[in-house]
Amino acid sequence: MRKSVVIAALGLALALTSSLGFAAGSGPHAAWMDWKPGNDVSNIASLQRGAANFMGYCAGCHSLKYNRYSRVAADLNIPEEQMEKLLLLPGTKKGDYMISPMQAVDGEAWFGKAPPDLSLITRSKGSDYVFQFLKTFYVDPKHPNGTNNLALPGTAMPHVLSALQGLQEAKFETVEKTVDGAKVSESHWQSFELASPGQLSAEEYDAFLRDTVNFLEYAGEPYKAKRQSLGVWVILFLLVFTGFAYLLKREYWKDVK
Amino acid sequence: MAASTDTTAGKTGFRAWLNKRLPVDEFVDSQLIGYFAPKNFNLWYFFGSLALLVFVIQILSGIFLTMHYKPSEAMAFDSVEYIMREVEWGWLIRYLHSTGASFFFIVVYLHMFRALMYGSYRAPRELLWILGMLLYLALMAEAFMGYVLPWGNMSYWGAQVIVNLFGTIPVIGPGIVEWIRGDYGIADSTLNRFFALHVIAVPFAIAFLILMHLVALRQTGSNNPDGIEIKAKTGADGKPLDGIPFHPYYTVKDIVGVGVFLLFFCGVIFFVPTFGGLFLEKPNFEPANALSTPEHIAPVWYFTAFYAMLRAVPDQQMGALLMLLAIVVLFFLPWLDRSPVKSIRYKGWISKLALALFVVAFVALSYLGLQPADGLYVILARIFTAVYFAFFILMPWYTSIETCKPAPERVSYHA
Repeated sequence: MRKSVVIAALGLALALTSSLGFAAGSGPHAAWMDWKPGNDVSNIASLQRGAANFMGYCAGCHSLKYNRYSRVAADLNIPEEQMEKLLLLPGTKKGDYMISPMQAVDGEAWFGKAPPDLSLITRSKGSDYVFQFLKTFYVDPKHPNGTNNLALPGTAMPHVLSALQGLQEAKFETVEKTVDGAKVSESHWQSFELASPGQLSAEEYDAFLRDTVNFLEYAGEPYKAKRQSLGVWVILFLLVFTGFAYLLKREYWKDVK
Repeated sequence: MAASTDTTAGKTGFRAWLNKRLPVDEFVDSQLIGYFAPKNFNLWYFFGSLALLVFVIQILSGIFLTMHYKPSEAMAFDSVEYIMREVEWGWLIRYLHSTGASFFFIVVYLHMFRALMYGSYRAPRELLWILGMLLYLALMAEAFMGYVLPWGNMSYWGAQVIVNLFGTIPVIGPGIVEWIRGDYGIADSTLNRFFALHVIAVPFAIAFLILMHLVALRQTGSNNPDGIEIKAKTGADGKPLDGIPFHPYYTVKDIVGVGVFLLFFCGVIFFVPTFGGLFLEKPNFEPANALSTPEHIAPVWYFTAFYAMLRAVPDQQMGALLMLLAIVVLFFLPWLDRSPVKSIRYKGWISKLALALFVVAFVALSYLGLQPADGLYVILARIFTAVYFAFFILMPWYTSIETCKPAPERVSYHA
């Protein structure tokens, strides 16, 4: 009886919360919100490519202020000479934190907002967000940069990767809605169309982003891959430990009648 | 069980030397081997020893975090990232501590639910229950102040909201808020004193309360799933017929519990340390920023039931009062329950339904506290708040009118 009460209570609570969860999905859900990078922080080759992408396209403006060059090189199996050639920005030493040469004041003057540090961007916003952000720039003549973004509308960042992705135009559908008796028109994103192609095909650009996001995810938590691989052993040990603990308990409890 | 006259009888060497000076064996004999616990404990009886385990984990991991953490506005956030990246095993120590906070509440909530189910708060265990409630309060204070220390943006705004609740106290409220913060806003001085309280004052209070909780437990003895007193039926040797020595029987059993617990605990630490933003929230990976409010401010999951109650009331002062009452009412539980039996096993269907609804209300409120406070959510929060309080307010009535099954003479146990 008592078991059925507990199970019924938990079941009810679960059913309730999950039904609420469905109700909570308000606002239009667009396809781009489901785009995922599909990256893997244990893939060293991908991280190496991502590091090169970051140094080539991001590091001019964005810092990774909690990451050191030497540590990145060690974690990513990049030999020292290679690191000096590929990673180090002019005037930096291998033990330095990866600070962008751009001054915050300049960033503010040029873009209206200093480019944010990216060492925790995948932790505060998620890897999916970074992927979606870099994939959803579109031509918008009304915007000072000439481009706008779906993931971060009105972003101060120009489409730095347009040479790779090309420029895409967004198709919007205008939806008339009545909210609290007043007519409101909302524009819902429909699709993208490539207006001028870039150096990379759509698949190549996705792969480029996958590596770059992967590197940023690594930068957000350098121990992530180690944590997961160590975790397997910890769980295996605990399974064995618990098994023996159970046998010990059973042995002792034989005399409890 | 009683203090024997010669504790060194039959002992030689170091053991005799030691026991002449420190009653180690006497303590083990009287408190572990001589402490008889009911033999019919079930799954729900693991959570007391597990709470103690989590407390030890928190103290140990906390000591190592303190060695590297800097309690200042300028350095707190950076020092946490330093721990995560540059301190040897720092990431593990930090995840142990952050996951430990959530697991502390998980095991304490299950421990409390066990007490609700089997009437462990009933006479003669009223003080045991009240000491436990004080522990819960101390744990809430400890968790809240610890949550502020990483100085993330949610830490900052969460502290803002919770400290401001004290401002709703009539007349002296604004003064108290300033006194708590030590500044006109959540600032460096707030962080510094929260660190002092989190690391010294509250852990000491918790340790003392744990000791009192255990001493009170030794005095009354454990309740059990049948809610009957095993001391009422003793054998010729004066020992309870349905009792077994805590050591070795429950020590070896609790080790199994520890193993299963650690499987869950380490599963979270090594594979999902943020637990989808529930244990470590995304906005807290951005440093505290007085100019940028997170999209919606919510406390960590273990406080959200009370937070939902706060927001269910349009008036903030009344909301804060309701929140306070939701916790205070728990202290009166021993006197609200009028049932002739302790355990839910023998109570009537109204008590069973009431407890089930109470659990639903608490889980639903916890969920609602994480959601934005508008529309349907507020209405639901009001309904579940009413259910939460009805469980207590109506208890004297429903526990006295329902038909209960007679509690058995001896505990039910199948080997």
